[in-house]
Amino acid sequence: MINKKIENILNATGDKKIATREAYGTTLAELGEANKDIVVLDCDLSKSTKTAVFGKKFPERFFNMGIAESNMMSVAAGLATMGKIPFASTFSVFATKRACDQVSISVAYPKLNVKICATHSGVTIGEDGATHQAIEDVAIMRAIPNILVLSPADATETKKVIEAVMEYNGPCYVRLCRGASPVIFNDDYEFEIGKGVQIMEGDKATIISAGFTTHIALEAAKKLEEEGIETDLINMASIKPLDEDLIIESAQKTGLVITVEDHSVIGGLGSAVCELLSEKSPAKVIRLGVQDKFGASGAASELVKAYGFDSEAIIRTVKDNI
Amino acid sequence: MDLKSKEMLEQKAKDIRVDIIEMLCAAGSGHPGGSLSMADMFSYFYFSGILNIDPKDPGKKDRDRVVLSKGHACPVLYAALAEKGYFDKEELKTLRKYGSMLQGHPDMNKTPGVDISTGSLGQGLSCAVGMALAAKLDNSGVKVFAVLGDGECDEGQIWEAAMSARHYGLDNLIAIVDLNGLQIDGFTKDVMDSTILAEKWRSFGWKTYEIDGHDLDVIDDTVKKAISLKGSPVCIVANTTKGKGVTFMENACDWHGNAPSEEEKDKAICEICNIDVS
Repeated sequence: MINKKIENILNATGDKKIATREAYGTTLAELGEANKDIVVLDCDLSKSTKTAVFGKKFPERFFNMGIAESNMMSVAAGLATMGKIPFASTFSVFATKRACDQVSISVAYPKLNVKICATHSGVTIGEDGATHQAIEDVAIMRAIPNILVLSPADATETKKVIEAVMEYNGPCYVRLCRGASPVIFNDDYEFEIGKGVQIMEGDKATIISAGFTTHIALEAAKKLEEEGIETDLINMASIKPLDEDLIIESAQKTGLVITVEDHSVIGGLGSAVCELLSEKSPAKVIRLGVQDKFGASGAASELVKAYGFDSEAIIRTVKDNI
Repeated sequence: MDLKSKEMLEQKAKDIRVDIIEMLCAAGSGHPGGSLSMADMFSYFYFSGILNIDPKDPGKKDRDRVVLSKGHACPVLYAALAEKGYFDKEELKTLRKYGSMLQGHPDMNKTPGVDISTGSLGQGLSCAVGMALAAKLDNSGVKVFAVLGDGECDEGQIWEAAMSARHYGLDNLIAIVDLNGLQIDGFTKDVMDSTILAEKWRSFGWKTYEIDGHDLDVIDDTVKKAISLKGSPVCIVANTTKGKGVTFMENACDWHGNAPSEEEKDKAICEICNIDVS
């Protein structure tokens, strides 16, 4: 059942669907009004990442770097050393793979205040296919010291995450999505770095998700509830640092953890949960997500099913293992 | 440049060269060749008065910035900073030791006077672009100098940065390319030919000068010209000798990344100070 403690922060205004990248674009432009030190960089994708919203309002503080992601990241680092607050955007694949060394050495190693907000993560970006589908970005960012890794589930959480990232002094990686997803939280929701949200309560299994898959996991948890199978559903936008206490408490209660992510099962949220539990509170963990395969072209709904992390897959996994 | 100033800078360059040799010998590892080739340039930067810096206030807000993009040459930077008074010269002996404020490649969080951490080639120039962009935005008058290796210009990111600097009209950005003609595996012309490097910079829209990187008068004239130029970034391609100042290190690939032994150190210092040991 829905966790009574957080009922007041759940969106009750119907079936609104907004992409997290849209919320990013809007929030960034709002923050830009209040804080003149914010500068935004993009790599010829501002219409897709939505940094163009900021760019239109504050053209003198918007720097298109062209299709040159490595340069963009190190330029952002240089801007940060001068007291600017750079938000650097491109697709997740390019931010974390093409510019990996730059994120690591120009930004993370000197702990510079650069916010890397990358969109189009996961296979659910759809038709563009494998070359543009980030399935390793969380794994890569997690393994680099000094970077916060945040994956908001909906438009509201995105707004709160961007605001939190603005207040935080240091490197941040925010994972955003192309596709529209249901608004889960209302504006009363307060996001905290290092804290997850327990949306549903139950003792048969723990389902942990971050980002785009949270609304899918929520759908699955509700269907399971209708069949009398109550689960803990945890939304973990803060992948690094993880909300360890929340995860351990739930795992100890249910003994069965299922993680869901639009990302490889190697190195992402699922792996982070495994790392935590195997050391601090061993429990069985089944990782749903992309099973060590490259992505492919298709509609988001087809891909989620094909790659085994749709609502049916979650329900089946819970039933097969309780 | 008047004679007195020039003599002072020549002496500082010698002091820097001695510091480089001593710190590398104490460390047992590091990069003499590409540090020695820049000793005259760094003497000029830190002792001619051309830079708006203050060793007593390393974090001074509108100071000029120096980015050693070829970060492995940090001995020349550390030597210049120590001689200038950013920290005690005694610290130079601790280069590359665990816990040292002088890391194997520049660390902005450990060493006062280091404006950005570098070491992975090809990134520093981009950082310098970011600094120059911020300075333009703020109209602060801050000048940014980036020191690159010629081998480093193999890296694609250098050219991304070059393109963006011209695009944004960063005339407050001056790149110095240490054209010593060597990289690790051999002469640059044999490993990856960059012998028409100056033309490449020109074609990217940078006002480009080619100078003798050991001639202090020419360095002075050119840097002043570069600073007064408006509208485009400037590249000063400095023809240098890798290992300059120590004959057995000059033009030798082996001295890219090997530290001198005690005996080699003594011999090198004698040469630098022109002490006749015959």
